[in-house]
Amino acid sequence: MSQNAWIVAALPLASFLLIAAGARRSERASAWLTIISIGLGAGISGLVLAEVAGGARVQQSFAWLPLSGAFGLSLGFQVDPLTATMLVVVTSVSLLVQIYSLGYMRGDAGYSRYFAAMSLFTFSMLGLVLANSLLTIYLFWELVGLCSYLLIGHWHERPEAAAAAKKAFIVTRFGDFAFLLGILFLYWHAGTVDFTGLEQAAAAGRIPAAALTVGMLLVFCGAVGKSAQFPLHVWLPDAMEGPTPVSALIHAATMVAAGVYLMARTSPLLEHSATAMLVVAGVGGFTAIFAATMGLVANDIKRVLAYSTVSQLGYMMLAIGLGAMAAGVFHLFNHAFFKALLFLCAGSVIHLMNTNDMFEMGGLRRQRPLAFWATTIAALSLAGVFPLSGFWSKDEILAAASAQPLLFAAALVTVFLTATYMFRVIFLTFLGSPRGHAHEHPEPVSMAIPLAVLIVPSILTGLLGAPMVGNPLGSFLEGQAAHAEFDPTVAALSTAVALGGILFAWALYGGGKTEPAARLAAQFRPAHQLLVNRYYMDHLYDWLVRRVVLGIGWIANRIDLGLIDWMVNSVGAAAVAAGGSLRRIQSGQVQTYAWAFFAGAVTLAVVAAWPMLMGTR
Amino acid sequence: MPPSLPPLYPITLQHGLLLGAALFSVGLAGVLAKRNAIVILMAVEVMLNGVNVTFVAFAGYLQPPVLTGQVFAVFVIAVAAAEAAVGLAIIIAIYRLRQTVQVDKADELRG
Repeated sequence: MSQNAWIVAALPLASFLLIAAGARRSERASAWLTIISIGLGAGISGLVLAEVAGGARVQQSFAWLPLSGAFGLSLGFQVDPLTATMLVVVTSVSLLVQIYSLGYMRGDAGYSRYFAAMSLFTFSMLGLVLANSLLTIYLFWELVGLCSYLLIGHWHERPEAAAAAKKAFIVTRFGDFAFLLGILFLYWHAGTVDFTGLEQAAAAGRIPAAALTVGMLLVFCGAVGKSAQFPLHVWLPDAMEGPTPVSALIHAATMVAAGVYLMARTSPLLEHSATAMLVVAGVGGFTAIFAATMGLVANDIKRVLAYSTVSQLGYMMLAIGLGAMAAGVFHLFNHAFFKALLFLCAGSVIHLMNTNDMFEMGGLRRQRPLAFWATTIAALSLAGVFPLSGFWSKDEILAAASAQPLLFAAALVTVFLTATYMFRVIFLTFLGSPRGHAHEHPEPVSMAIPLAVLIVPSILTGLLGAPMVGNPLGSFLEGQAAHAEFDPTVAALSTAVALGGILFAWALYGGGKTEPAARLAAQFRPAHQLLVNRYYMDHLYDWLVRRVVLGIGWIANRIDLGLIDWMVNSVGAAAVAAGGSLRRIQSGQVQTYAWAFFAGAVTLAVVAAWPMLMGTR
Repeated sequence: MPPSLPPLYPITLQHGLLLGAALFSVGLAGVLAKRNAIVILMAVEVMLNGVNVTFVAFAGYLQPPVLTGQVFAVFVIAVAAAEAAVGLAIIIAIYRLRQTVQVDKADELRG
């Protein structure tokens, strides 16, 4: 099966094409085509994973643009432990989210369009995961960006959604441009863009150290854009304008993890450059704490989760930058499930309340008990409480970071902040008394099933990397018996910090009360304002665009009009002026012309007779 | 046929050429100076006749004697007749259009 792993990606593509070709006229057909294709894909992914665990490896390429000699571009796919793991994550989360969408999107005018875009997205994401070269990955990289744009702007008649879609697309373009430069740069030095070829070139020292650093930093820029790392994180919170299942699948579980996946995929290259590793770890660690602080004050439930996603992606980057690739991917794996679950629970309460504002919710524990329990489990997992999945991966990262005091401190503070903002969500949304007005309608079964199913991996996947069972996922990913980096002291410390965060949240918002938090906000008003205004990053970018970019544009416009247009217009004006003076010759008087003939004839005659007249002949 | 007497005062090539040049110049002066289209047409005929005289004058001096010059003169007379017909037709057309045959009044093509 792994020989034909490309079928996993081809199935959603087929369903996208079928929906586009005509199935879109039937909403049921569109939805079920998507679900069946992804369901089949998930089954095949499971088989592939089993085969890869048995030792199967696949590497296939075909020449796409055979140019002169050794120069040419090829596309291809590969199957190895990392790919197989990601295939399972993407197909299983995608499948559950599509089932959830059946109920969540019911009655939406763009129902078929939604499923078509979701199919296309799943295809692109699977292609990205299967890609065996930077070039192939780049193709799918741009495709997932397009799907993200389409799905954030699904409700494009709302100006905020349209603006958020544009913002996501444009901001990630900055990173993508650097990524493309990085691909070209690495190609320039290594002569190949295949991952295996690049790894061999780096291992053999055929790429100069400085060039490798520059190339990897450029590639990392692409990951910064896609995975919403500082300073390109600004698009992800706004991306929450899209439908909640989209946020769950694309902006939490899969697409935003593509940057982490890319860095994990290229980690054999990264390991040759200490500088690049330090930058990756630094950006990741900083983003983790930076985004978590903004999550503390957001009132929109989805925005809190978005900041949490940014923060957790920072964690994964931190792990990869520290050389603990397996730990980063392990966290990605766990995060995909519990964060998707958190988003789907948020969707469930948003569906009930018709608002995203947590201060208009409250007391929803009785109306949505399943969502309440699922959120609590996922939040405990996210906070890293024993023995849920997040505990194992987070502690592996913390253990990897324990050698670097600064990064370790940042990671530990983030643990505290994570626990606080997650339990703030739970206390505000589910506990206390209702502050808003619920539109009471029963939850569709299709929305309840994915919640129930996702609880299982949110609890259990951590065991795949647990030390007492020998860290099977780590060994699988690294291709050798990996010792789980597990430090009981660190684990105890982080659990204590997480519990401290939960208690802090209880002190501020316990029982659904909001006054202590308001008092604290008033006490630290400047800091609170800084966080509410998202560190003024959006203002900064707004200023940059309005003043700097448009200012340069204004100058360029003046130069264009004043100098370049002036030169072109002058040429035209000169021709017109010359014509104006020449037209006087054409008087329309035939006798004047006759005089001209006569003068010409005389001149010719004189010239012809000149030698004779001068007596030389 | 009586034997031809030697001329009292022989007509030389110069005489023919001077006459041709005089006719051509008179015609040219008419073309350049006169405003009436019909007079200009007549002046053109005079110029053509000056050319004819020159042709015939030169033809008498060709060795061995051939009639090329005279034939050319006959052709010029024929073509001049045709040209006069076309020219007069144009003049009539202009007259119908503008009620005048003064060429300085017909300046439609002024730039």
